Amino acid sequence: MTAAATRTGGLPARLARVFRLGVKELYSLRADPVLMALILYTFTFAVYSVSTGAKMEVENAAVAIVDEDRSMLSARIADAFMRPYFKPADAIGAGAVDRAMDKGAYVFVVEIPPKFEHDMIAGRSPEILLDIDATAMSQAGNGASYIQNIIQKEVVAAFPSLAGTERVSVVVRAKFNPNLKSTWFTAVMQVINNVTMLSVILSGAALIREREHGTIEHLLVMPVTPIEIMLAKIWSNGLVIVVAATLSLLIVVKGLLGVPVAGSLLLFVAAATIYQFSVTALGILIATFSSSMAQFGLIAMPLLIIMNLLSGSTTPMESMPRWLELVMQTISPAPHFVALSQAILYRGAGLGVIWPQLAILTAIGAAFFALAALRFRKALLAAG
Amino acid sequence: MTGPVISLSGVVHRYGTVAALDGIDLDVPAGVLAGLIGPDGVGKSTLLGLVAGVTRIQTGTVHVLDGDMERAAHRRAVCARIAYMPQGLGRNLYPTLSVKENLHFFARLFGQGSAEREARIAELSAATGLSPFLDRPAGKLSGGMKQKLGICAALIHDPDLLLLDEPTTGVDPLSRRQFWDLVERIRARRPGMSVLVATAYMDEAERFDWLAALNAGRVIASGAPADLRTRTGAATLEQAFVRLLPEGAGDAPLEVPPRMVTDGPPAIAAQGLTRRFGAFTAVDHVSFRIGKGEIFGFLGSNGCGKSTTMKMLTGLLPATDGTAELFGQPVDAGDMETRRRVGYMSQAFSLYAELTVRQNLDLHARLFRLDPAGIPGRIEEMLSRFDLSDVADARPESLPLGMRQRLQLAVALIHGPEILILDEPTSGVDPIARDGFWRTLIALSREEGVTIFLSTHFMNEAERCDRISLMHEGRVLAVGAPADLRAQHGCVPLEDVFIHVLEQAAGPAGVAAEAPPLHEVAAAPPRRFDLRRLWAYAWREMLEIRRDSARLAFALLGPALLMVTFGYGISFDVEDLAFAVYDQDQSAQSRQLIETFQGSRYFKEQRPITSPADLDRRMQEGDLQVAIEIPPDFGKNLLRGRAPEVAVWLDGAMPFRAETMRGYVTGLAQAYAADAARREAGREPAATLSITPRYRYNQAFLSANAIVPSVIMLMLALIPAITTALAVVKEKETGSIANFQSTPVTRVEFLLGKQLPYAAIATVSYVMLVLIALYVFDVPLKGSLAALTVGSIAYVLATTAFGLFVSSFVASQVAAIFATAIITIIPAVNFSGLMVPVSSLTGSGRMIGLAFPSAWYQPVTTGVFAKGLGFADVWPEICVLLLFCAGFLTAAVFSLKKRSA
Repeated sequence: MTAAATRTGGLPARLARVFRLGVKELYSLRADPVLMALILYTFTFAVYSVSTGAKMEVENAAVAIVDEDRSMLSARIADAFMRPYFKPADAIGAGAVDRAMDKGAYVFVVEIPPKFEHDMIAGRSPEILLDIDATAMSQAGNGASYIQNIIQKEVVAAFPSLAGTERVSVVVRAKFNPNLKSTWFTAVMQVINNVTMLSVILSGAALIREREHGTIEHLLVMPVTPIEIMLAKIWSNGLVIVVAATLSLLIVVKGLLGVPVAGSLLLFVAAATIYQFSVTALGILIATFSSSMAQFGLIAMPLLIIMNLLSGSTTPMESMPRWLELVMQTISPAPHFVALSQAILYRGAGLGVIWPQLAILTAIGAAFFALAALRFRKALLAAG
Repeated sequence: MTGPVISLSGVVHRYGTVAALDGIDLDVPAGVLAGLIGPDGVGKSTLLGLVAGVTRIQTGTVHVLDGDMERAAHRRAVCARIAYMPQGLGRNLYPTLSVKENLHFFARLFGQGSAEREARIAELSAATGLSPFLDRPAGKLSGGMKQKLGICAALIHDPDLLLLDEPTTGVDPLSRRQFWDLVERIRARRPGMSVLVATAYMDEAERFDWLAALNAGRVIASGAPADLRTRTGAATLEQAFVRLLPEGAGDAPLEVPPRMVTDGPPAIAAQGLTRRFGAFTAVDHVSFRIGKGEIFGFLGSNGCGKSTTMKMLTGLLPATDGTAELFGQPVDAGDMETRRRVGYMSQAFSLYAELTVRQNLDLHARLFRLDPAGIPGRIEEMLSRFDLSDVADARPESLPLGMRQRLQLAVALIHGPEILILDEPTSGVDPIARDGFWRTLIALSREEGVTIFLSTHFMNEAERCDRISLMHEGRVLAVGAPADLRAQHGCVPLEDVFIHVLEQAAGPAGVAAEAPPLHEVAAAPPRRFDLRRLWAYAWREMLEIRRDSARLAFALLGPALLMVTFGYGISFDVEDLAFAVYDQDQSAQSRQLIETFQGSRYFKEQRPITSPADLDRRMQEGDLQVAIEIPPDFGKNLLRGRAPEVAVWLDGAMPFRAETMRGYVTGLAQAYAADAARREAGREPAATLSITPRYRYNQAFLSANAIVPSVIMLMLALIPAITTALAVVKEKETGSIANFQSTPVTRVEFLLGKQLPYAAIATVSYVMLVLIALYVFDVPLKGSLAALTVGSIAYVLATTAFGLFVSSFVASQVAAIFATAIITIIPAVNFSGLMVPVSSLTGSGRMIGLAFPSAWYQPVTTGVFAKGLGFADVWPEICVLLLFCAGFLTAAVFSLKKRSA
């Protein structure tokens, strides 16, 4: 054996080992049908079903009408509620309102007073009461303004004289998502949440699997350093997820759901790769804290729920209390990735816009990696 | 008794395509100490499982204690007369429970009252010498003591038939001898008792009255040990066994050629090597020197520090104290050079099961940076040398154990190391394969001068080493050549030498006091339902949770932490929207319009927009959520009544937020128009329609008031279901499920016993969640607290029952966590009113929602919190929740199997 071959330092040699170990990691993943099925499921079916199923739009809202007028006008209003926003309105008696709303049978109840049409004609400004179940947060606010518009429209159609001359015309347009389709939002955010979830689970599980099978000991007695083992796990698991996420974005989100992607896909993939690094490092870090796969699950699951919910991918960051927003932005890479993905994918932002988030992502990732590397050897052997 | 106690005929048992038992006909005589011998994997455990009634009979008949084990009634009647100690040291014991608590648990399973339990525990612990250790957790006992505890647990109900599956594997020789003495004493006191023991140690079998030798799922011989020896003309039972095997006919005895002693520094040297884990000293000042080419054996029981010492030598574990040297150099974990000269084989099989034999060799060759050109040749060489060429492309998991051990050795040797460190390389391997393995080791040592450091608990392997070291509880008790040690201690078998030094080290103590004879109690047939057995599980579970901080934290803190997250995280409140104006008019009218927005609490003004490009850029960066573009001449046109057009741009990236903003903007524009009209005309506009919205239940329209009660619904489904699911599966994984299978406890008692503690913990979580709702999120509680509490208890009973149901069909804790989470989250989040009101759901979504308890509990939490409801309104939901609980429990009872496949 030559002297050069026996040396184990040297960057090319290190890279070769990291590559070799990573390839092994891919074999391991291929041999685990459960994880493969999980990846496939989350990036296809889960993205599709959540973004088409869990809509935050007002849809099929249940409405009831208490019609004490029984006039042409009130009948006209009752008929105006139509799908997809509303279910056809049910007529109920005035005495049934409280009970029906207590039961949660209707989100909205429109109460039309007696002599409504008559008063309208007489110019007496009658009042319609709109009861809103304000515990149905996703529909109550926007649904109420739809209903007010619908009633206005019907009344104006019946009494054109009421229309009055328009003094200012305010034209409201939404940029980046003109029809405000929630699918556009949910689908992409779902892909991002899945990237977070799978990166943590895959890399953590890969490490714990090695420990439970005793193979990690084997690696550690060979001329391989812990950093190399970690890097191998990061690049291989990261590669699988970035590829899966990109395919999901192209095939499921763009193709199947027809969501337009505004910005550069390449930039998104590059950013996702950096994000990968931070979340896979986090997965390894959690794995060093857990002694078994079950414990890993118990620690990882609440953490993942917190990371995804408080990342701005479900509700905007600015609705959180300021302190919580700051805490999340410091300890979690997710809010930064969500912000930059929204910028790239919805608003078509370029590198010039998103570089600060990229820099923070890299910093948080480096911190996770450093912590994991510190704990790696000690934790693995103590628990094994 | 005259007839056989156990009688099997035509028994075949398969796991998939592999036949573990392949046509067994066997009669085990009653009232004797009977044994099943054979190496690992020949079907001994399966046979005992069938006899104990914990394994389902596939083919053939099994008669035990004069009855057919296929009949459930007979199994129920005799299970209180059988005691079964499964394989794996202390596997059916609970490590976090103390000795006493373990024994109380087993006694309760047989429905014993408090006085009886105390008396029996005192008696048995005195007889086994465990009395001083009653308060020690079972997990902290030595192997020998665990074994004694195991036998105490088995004897707690005076069984007529005692089944012991490899009770002495991995235990030091002294403890083993004491164990057999204990069994003898117990048999002397209960002469009618039959005992059937499975063992892989042939030397132990000499003391049996009767034995059956098993190989490859068949009985190859049975009878008294002496008969077997004379029949085969062998001196020892091991030899007799080998001769009984079809391939063992013409085996040559193993010869160890003498070693050429060379000068030079020792290959391995340890000086005062010590390793502590916390307060526990695993290795205590161990010193030795191993010469080049020497075969050095480490002998000792499980947990005596052999593996820890080896790990320190390989650099896997840093030493707490002392030094270790390889080739005269101190061991350094970061020293890659030394690693290349050492080959290591760990105790358990530790190669990649997902790679083929060839890929495993290739990976290791490359990681050791062998010359790439030489790798294929080297792999072929190893494959042929270790006789693996035929299986080169197979995965290791499909290979028999002996072959896997050869592969491990081939991998450890691929880089041509000078030192081999082998941790119990032959445990579980049959005698013939073991001899083959040793031939290779001897050749390596004698022909290639490789230094071999190995650990074993087989005495005949120790005889083949150049020198051995006897280790016990972290200390080396004696070192020397086997022959020298024998001469020193005047003992002929090496095992006696070991026992001798152990006794010297331990002193005269440790001999159990002769206890009074056990009092006989007529064993009443077990009752169909017994609260004491239910309580046994509930009490045990509670003790275990209290001592498992990870699970306790998850169960108690998890809901609180997640509640805070959800409470803040799911918000439909849209406020503090950043807006800016591109005012190209700068008139009094345009400023009035802007003031309308400035006055709204929903909007926060940013610096004005200077150009269309500025507008685009700032919206793209996400700095602005709303941009208002006022055209030039806006004021002039307004005054002239030309209805100028104002463009408002919304950030549509987040549709819900944009939709709400649109509502705000429209409202403000209308207000502005009305204002302008008033200012202009100086009068109120003509009669208009007014629509008065009333936000009921949540006048302030705050997300927290609506979301927080729904989150309680989610939390009390997710966390209790997962923790309960883990509880049953954990017993499956650790093997203590055997206690459920082999004792009179029924499925209902077992499941309810498991459920109660978790339902209680979930009720505590409920109280915490309500307090968080009231005091952290300031959600007012408008309705009846009593109704909410009763409803919540019904709900956690339903969700914990759901956890039991899941755990009765999943096989691992990981599967339990993920399956429960996925099955729970989908209906609870999407179809139970958390996000979308149930009244808006249609079709399958509604069906899925209603088929799960959450959709029924949501009206209770939200109803009581926000709508001020009481019992009169929510009693139907509470009834449905209780029905769910009963339904899930029934399903769990039917899918939980009292016998395994």
